[in-house]
Amino acid sequence: MDKFVVLTGLVAPLDRANVDTDAIIPKQFLKSIKRSGYGPNCFDEWRYLDVGQPGMDNSRRPLNTQFVLNESRYQGATILLARQNFGCGSSREHAPWALLQNGFRAIIAPSFGDIFYSNSLNNGLVVIRLDESKMDRLFADCAAFPGFQLTIDLEAQQVRAPDGSYAFAFEIAAGRRERIMNGWDDISLTLKHSDQIRAFEQRHFAAQPWLAN
Amino acid sequence: MSGRTLYDKLFDSHVVRTEDDGSSLLYIDRHLVHEVTSPQAFEGLKLAGRQPWRRQSMVAMPDHNTPTTSGFLNAAMIADPVSRTQVETLDANAREHALTYFRIGDMRRGIVHVVGPEQGATLPGMTVVCGDSHTSTHGAFAALAFGIGTSEVEHVMATQCLPQKKSKSMLVRCDGRLPSGVTAKDLVLAIIGKIGTAGGTGYAIEFGGEAVRSLSMEGRMTICNMAIEAGARAGMIAYDEITEAYVKGRAFAPKAEQWDAAIKYWRTLKSEDNATFDHTVVINANELIPYVTWGTSPEMVLPVDGRVPDPDREKDSTKREGISRALQYMGLTPNTLLAEIKIDKVFIGSCTNSRIEDLRAAANVVRGRRRAENVKLAMVVPGSGLVKEQAEREGLDKIFLAAGFEWREPGCSMCLAMNDDRLEPGERCASTSNRNFEGRQGAGGRTHLVSPAMAAAAGIAGHFVDVRKLA
Repeated sequence: MDKFVVLTGLVAPLDRANVDTDAIIPKQFLKSIKRSGYGPNCFDEWRYLDVGQPGMDNSRRPLNTQFVLNESRYQGATILLARQNFGCGSSREHAPWALLQNGFRAIIAPSFGDIFYSNSLNNGLVVIRLDESKMDRLFADCAAFPGFQLTIDLEAQQVRAPDGSYAFAFEIAAGRRERIMNGWDDISLTLKHSDQIRAFEQRHFAAQPWLAN
Repeated sequence: MSGRTLYDKLFDSHVVRTEDDGSSLLYIDRHLVHEVTSPQAFEGLKLAGRQPWRRQSMVAMPDHNTPTTSGFLNAAMIADPVSRTQVETLDANAREHALTYFRIGDMRRGIVHVVGPEQGATLPGMTVVCGDSHTSTHGAFAALAFGIGTSEVEHVMATQCLPQKKSKSMLVRCDGRLPSGVTAKDLVLAIIGKIGTAGGTGYAIEFGGEAVRSLSMEGRMTICNMAIEAGARAGMIAYDEITEAYVKGRAFAPKAEQWDAAIKYWRTLKSEDNATFDHTVVINANELIPYVTWGTSPEMVLPVDGRVPDPDREKDSTKREGISRALQYMGLTPNTLLAEIKIDKVFIGSCTNSRIEDLRAAANVVRGRRRAENVKLAMVVPGSGLVKEQAEREGLDKIFLAAGFEWREPGCSMCLAMNDDRLEPGERCASTSNRNFEGRQGAGGRTHLVSPAMAAAAGIAGHFVDVRKLA
């Protein structure tokens, strides 16, 4: 997992609610047994005019010019603005993989699907909750100013306008934040408590011996 | 002091340690594994030189990619090379780690959320995880069950634990009784219609009330299955004599003295009378009729006697655009009667509705009738090999076949169309599955979520119809 402390980057808007993980990465791409290669198929059904299949040369496929993320002004964006319940639906971790491999390092939305939220933080994709009124401001600025950038400061837990005109506070649980800022491996951290896990297991199986079967 | 909720009891009894930021390390009793979300986790384990902490906790089977046509005896027979590789990878990982494994060709194989309970691998009081959002299904057994991503799959494999923050608690109390012909699926669709697809975000939902208590385990699984469609990672239902009767005698269930000890504990798995919830929602089940979704999110749902909504009547601009976009995708005109919407295909199956009771309900509707001319395909996909066998013993397969419905092999099938079962662009389907998202059942496909009886009725009438009024 790449470390993330402060990021200043180009912002792109996806102004629709309930964007589900089927839309972020359609099921046919979930047949891969790898962790990489999902970027070109991020938002596949909205992004291209044809039906995508694994193994296609995506650079030759017809782009949907009506899809906002295909607009030239948003190419190279690293921060995505979204609406309520982004990432709802399936637990596929391929969704944050696809977003990261498509260049996004952070998503800002009023709310996220619970499983997508965990999956994202587990991969260092920073998911930030801001209330609707703040989101409206960001969407408006993003539309008004070509090349609109934001700064995300994970340590200070702030989203800042580049000219310093506003700074919105957000919150991510301390443990999660620390892991992302340091790029730590979650499993190693848990395994430091192996003795406690074993002790728990003994008590647990003594109380409910049928669980040990 | 207020009493403890079922969720409190399940969560607290699995806390290994609590961290400074209030999150906990939670012990996981049962880990269900399928072919789509596990290969990268097994690979991660191997690259780090780790072994599974407790391989006995894992029960694995392929379900998402498996063909539903007959004659498949092993993974090597799958034609699509990408699907085949994924299933063969699970075969190899299961072999390497000596997991309990139901491979293609094994009668016990099926959809992981059907097979877990059927085998008694899901037990009351357990924590159950799987790399699949519909793991909430298992909460019907008074278990804490939730879907996880692939990093978490690897985490559970390596440590038997997950860092978790306790959710808020919600009670959805369903008073009264469901009228005849109105099912658990209609109830859960009504709940989602009421609280919305984000209504349960950040919550663990307990479903209670007379209407839930009077449901069979199959019906309860349907309800908990779709908790995730209301945004809640976990849904659960208190233990009672219906749970006990279902679990008794299952392959993995405790036996003899262990059974006696287990039921003594399990009988405590309910919220205390004076327990308080962060949020309570009340539904009057007496008033419900069958439901049909009209849009591209499960919250876009209405009683079957309703009409397609008119976006011009919606004041909120984000919602208005959402309705317009959904109607365009679904090819529907505002104010059309739902009962006038014609369908092309019927899908009866999925982890929501592929259990024996679901198949019986659908068979009762089609018995002695015939699929409508305009319905190109009506397929019935049992949830497991054992459900299929049971249905055949009861002669349900013959009823479906005589009505022009196809009788298939078990798997996830057209719920998400990872195998060959899918909608073509523009095709409209009456489906007993759980998601009507754009492209879910095939690119450009149009999904309407309904109960098994309603899907069967639509297959006979050629359009949606209140199953209770089917001529």
